[in-house]
Amino acid sequence: MDLKELYRDVILDHNRRPRNFGRIEPCDAHAEGHNPLCGDRLTLYVRLKDDRIEDIRFEGKGCAISTASASLMTEAVKGKDRGAFNELYGRIHSLLTQQDAVPDASLGKLAALSGVREFPARVKCASLCWHTLNAALERSAATVSTE
Amino acid sequence: MAVTADRIAPAPALDVERVRRDFPILERTINGRPLVYLDSAASSQRPLPVLRAVERYETHCHSNVHRGVHALSQAATEAFEGARERVRRFINAQSRTEVIFVRGTTEGINLVAQSYARPRLGPGDEILITGLEHHANIVPWQMVRDQTGCTLKVAPINRRGEVELDGFLAMLSPRTRLVAIAHVSNALGTVLPVKRMTDAAHAHGAVVLVDGAQAIPHSAVDVRALGCDFYAFSGHKLYGPTGIGVLYGREELLAAMPPWQGGGDMILTVSFEKTTYNELPYKFEAGTPNISGAVGLAAAMDYVESLGLEAIAAHEQRLLALATGELERIPGIEIIGTAPHKAAVLSFTMAGVHPHDLGTILDSEGVAVRTGHHCAMPVMTFFEIPATARASFGCYNTEADVAALIAALSKAREVFA
Ligand SMILES: Cc1ncc(COP(=O)(O)O)c(C=O)c1O
Repeated sequence: MDLKELYRDVILDHNRRPRNFGRIEPCDAHAEGHNPLCGDRLTLYVRLKDDRIEDIRFEGKGCAISTASASLMTEAVKGKDRGAFNELYGRIHSLLTQQDAVPDASLGKLAALSGVREFPARVKCASLCWHTLNAALERSAATVSTE
Repeated sequence: MAVTADRIAPAPALDVERVRRDFPILERTINGRPLVYLDSAASSQRPLPVLRAVERYETHCHSNVHRGVHALSQAATEAFEGARERVRRFINAQSRTEVIFVRGTTEGINLVAQSYARPRLGPGDEILITGLEHHANIVPWQMVRDQTGCTLKVAPINRRGEVELDGFLAMLSPRTRLVAIAHVSNALGTVLPVKRMTDAAHAHGAVVLVDGAQAIPHSAVDVRALGCDFYAFSGHKLYGPTGIGVLYGREELLAAMPPWQGGGDMILTVSFEKTTYNELPYKFEAGTPNISGAVGLAAAMDYVESLGLEAIAAHEQRLLALATGELERIPGIEIIGTAPHKAAVLSFTMAGVHPHDLGTILDSEGVAVRTGHHCAMPVMTFFEIPATARASFGCYNTEADVAALIAALSKAREVFA
């Protein structure tokens, strides 16, 4: 177990200076994530154009892993449509949970999250924002489809 | 808990190195380092005498209790009822009928909520708790409130993490039917003036339940001296097994309460028309109990008494004072819970490092602390923090453990420099 694997420079940097931190008002979708284990709370705000993420911001208090993961996520998903997000969501899920998942170059900075899987107690910290965004998008898709 | 000043002879000091040899788990390494276990407030470890008592029961005595004439059924019944008598002596209850075996503190409190409070309370009645309670001493009362229409009141705490005694006293009135308070706060370490609070509540005719989960491992508890009506605790925080705990209740109250679960053991006769309930304490022990757990709990009580509860308390207080002093010297550390009268529980935050990250870094150094809200979310809300890291000390901890904690904290500082 190597702490350096978990707290890589990218993670520490995004924890110290989270990108896209704040609100979007008004927004097209927002969702709250809560990790009761550590008390972390996170709110995501998304502006959509059709099903493309035009802008995304987050707010909340969390540990370094959850803050950095949210910050990295907001950078990575901006401009992506629903299909591209779904694809990335699946890859992040394997990256966080499968021991043999190799981060390929296309993941860019998100590859830094792979250190988390050596720390099973912390996987939820890293995945919270991803589940929250997925829920926000699903909800907005659901409201759209009922209109 | 501080040793009371009126003791004549000082307690003999604890031989910690000998104590440690009784706890095989302490020989483990974690991440290649010796285990430094500072999470006894969540659950303490078990010494060999407890493990052996359970093993001996399982290998020589096990059968069901109260149900047979054969030798093993007798042996199991004797072991179980012997454990009950052991508990009675440990807490100085008047009678063994006042000792009800439950799964733990949580179940004990729920029993009182459902069997004592629910049938008696209604709109206009009040239950009074405090702002530092564990969820186990909040949620059962919210359930009773929702079931009966009574009101749930919360006595305020202050920045030191103490219950505001004046505020508490001011909230007592003839409408107060039940007062439920922690003896020691698990999130803050605060020792509550339970005797005083109980006397005041009794003066208004209220019944008092004490959540003793965190007090029982750190001090001798005498339920009659405290004067409380109910006292609940868990075996696993007293170096005993999980899944066993005790609800003490004054006989007069227990006798008037309906059973809360139905089944075997809690009845005398059953027909399809009518059932007559068993006498105390069996009325509240439906179904096959945790027999080996009770045996282990009794052995744990023998164990702590053999070390001396005062010697344990004095030892833990030394560690608490040492660790508090060391933490206060580290820039950015804030101790949460600074009451002058504390048990060996030390909650803190480190500026710039989330408690969850602190927990991981400490763990990589072999240091086990608890991080999170400690099942006391209202306490976290009061202090406006999401969580704390909490180190708690037991009879087997040493000054070297404190040093390891401090060293691991500087490591955390380095990682987040
Ligand atoms: C103050 C307090 N009350 C109640 C409980 C609940 O105990 P158990 O989980 O053993 O039922 C705990 C344990 O965490 C506690 O610290």
